[in-house]
Amino acid sequence: MKPRRLGAWLVIVFGVLYFFVPLLGTFEFSLRLLRGVYSVAAYRIVLADPRFAATVTYSTVLALATIVMGVALVVPTAYWIQLRLPRMRPVVEFITLLPLVIPAIVLVFGYLRIYNSSSALPLTGSARTTDLLLMFSYVTLALPYMYRAVDNGLRAIDVRTLTEAAQSLGAGWSTILLRVILPNVRVAVLSGAFLTFAIVIGEFTMASLLDRPALSIISFAITWACMGFIQVFGRGAPGQVAGAH
Amino acid sequence: MSFLEIENLQKRFARTTAVEQVQLEVTRGEFVSFLGPSGCGKTTTLRIIAGFESPSSGAIRLDGVDITHRPPHQRNVGMVFQSYALFPNMTVAENVGFGLKVAKKPAADIKQRVEEMLNLIKLPALGNRYPYQLSGGQQQRVALARALAIRPQVLLLDEPLSALDAKIRVSLRLEIRSIQRELGITTIYVTHDQEEALSLSDRIVVMSEGRVEQIGSPFEIYNFPRTSFVASFVGTLNVLRGRVADPARGAIVIDDQEIVASRGLEHARVGDAGTVEDVNFLGSIVRIRVRFKDNAISLDTFNNPRLILPQRGQALTVSFPREAVLALETPSST
Repeated sequence: MKPRRLGAWLVIVFGVLYFFVPLLGTFEFSLRLLRGVYSVAAYRIVLADPRFAATVTYSTVLALATIVMGVALVVPTAYWIQLRLPRMRPVVEFITLLPLVIPAIVLVFGYLRIYNSSSALPLTGSARTTDLLLMFSYVTLALPYMYRAVDNGLRAIDVRTLTEAAQSLGAGWSTILLRVILPNVRVAVLSGAFLTFAIVIGEFTMASLLDRPALSIISFAITWACMGFIQVFGRGAPGQVAGAH
Repeated sequence: MSFLEIENLQKRFARTTAVEQVQLEVTRGEFVSFLGPSGCGKTTTLRIIAGFESPSSGAIRLDGVDITHRPPHQRNVGMVFQSYALFPNMTVAENVGFGLKVAKKPAADIKQRVEEMLNLIKLPALGNRYPYQLSGGQQQRVALARALAIRPQVLLLDEPLSALDAKIRVSLRLEIRSIQRELGITTIYVTHDQEEALSLSDRIVVMSEGRVEQIGSPFEIYNFPRTSFVASFVGTLNVLRGRVADPARGAIVIDDQEIVASRGLEHARVGDAGTVEDVNFLGSIVRIRVRFKDNAISLDTFNNPRLILPQRGQALTVSFPREAVLALETPSST
C-alpha cells in the first residue's frame, strides 16, 4: 500500500508543478514592471486605462451574444439529430469539431475573403456588422464545446418519449423545445455557455484581425472562474437539477 | 355505433411489415387491449392512433372525423408510456396541468382540474413533489392523471405496468380499470401480459406478426381460441398436431387415432398410452406433462391431500370429453 500511495503523491506533485510553475513565472514577471523591485504597477496601469473597461465590456457583451446565438443554434440541432436523424450524428459531430482542426487564423482569413467590403455580403463594411461577423465566428469557435455539452445533456434524458408525451398533451415544437427540452438540459447548456464565455474572453486572433477592440489577453482568472462555475452547476445529475428550484 | 374506427391499417418499414390489414371498431367507453408478443405490431398500431407514426395505408377515424394525417398534438388523445415520461423539471401539479397550460386555459381552471385529477389518482398531497421523489407506481398514476387532465377522446396506454413490480402491477391495474369506468373513457391498452389483458378488457385483439389473430371478449379468447397462435399465447390449452380425416363426420386423426369430435359427450382418448414426463406441484394445482408419440399434453388437476400423483416415467392414458376439442387454424391455412 505504502509505495503505491507515494507514487500517487509524486504524480500529484508533478501535476501541480506542471500547471503552476508557468503561471507563477508569468505572475512574477508581471510584478517586475519597475526595475529592481516587485510592484503591482503593471496592474494599476492596466486597470486605470479607460480602454480596459471598454474592452472588458465589449468582450462580455459579445460573449453573451455568442452564448445566446450558440444555444439557439445548437439546442434545436442536437435535439433534432437525437430525435429524428441519429444517423447524421457522426456528420454533425465532425462538422462541430472542425474549428479544433482548422486554425482560427485560417477561419478569419476565410471570413475576410468572403465578407470583405467588395463582396456580395460586405459584413466587414461597418463596425456593427463586423461585430456580427465576430460573434458568428465565435459561435463557430465555441461549437465543439457547446455541441458536446448539449448533446451529452440530451443523451441523459429520454428525448423521444418526453417529446411524444408533450405532443400528446397538445404541445407544438416551440413549446416542447422551450418548456420541456431546454429546462431538462439546463446544466449542459450552462456548462456549454461558461466554456463559450471563457473562449470568447480569451480569444485573440479573430478580434485582432477583424480589428475589433476585444479583450485581447488570455485571461486566466475569468477562464478559471468559468471552469469553477461548470463544476458547481455540473454537480447534480440532469434529472435531479429540477429539485434545486 | 363505433367511436374509434381503424380501417385497413398497414405500416411497412424499409424491409418489414409491422402492421398488416388491421381492422377494428371500438365503441364509446369500451376498453380494448392489444395483446401479443413483442414485435407483433401492437405498439406500432397504438403509435399510429396517437399520431407518432403515420400508416402506409388505411385510415383512423375518431368520432366520425378522419384523423389519419393529423399531427399528434392536434388529436386530443391521451397517452401513458411504459417509462412514465413525466417531465423531470416540473412538479406533479405542473406535469398534470401541462396540457391545460399549453391549451392556454385560465390559471384558476387549471388549478381546479389538477386538484380534481390528483384526487382521482388518490395522491392529493403530492402536487408539489418532483417526479424523482415518487415511487414508480406513483409516477405512473401521475402520468395517467396528466393524460386524463386534457379530457382526451381516447386514452392510450402502452404497457403502462411493465416497469412496475408484481404487487403494484395488480393494484394499479384495478385502479386503471375503475378510473376508466368512472370516466367512461374509450381506452386502448397495449400489453404482452395475457393476465392483464384478460382481467381488464371488454375486448381483446390478439396480434401476431403484424396481423390480427382474433378479436373477442376475454371469455371467448380464452375458451374459444380460433388459431393455434391464440391457443398457445393465451391460456394453457394443449395444442395437438393432427389432420382432418373426414370433415363431414367431424373426424380428425391425432397420433394415428381417429377422434370424432362432433359425436356425443363420450370421452375420447389420445394415443395408446403416454409417458409421464414431468410432475409440477404448484400449490393449488398440480401440472402433469404427458408425452405421446407426436404430441405432449399438459394436464392440470386441483391439489387434494388424498391425490395419488403419478410418477415420472409411468405410463398414462389420457381421455377428454369430445366437446373439448377445438379445431384451430394453423398459420399455413390463413
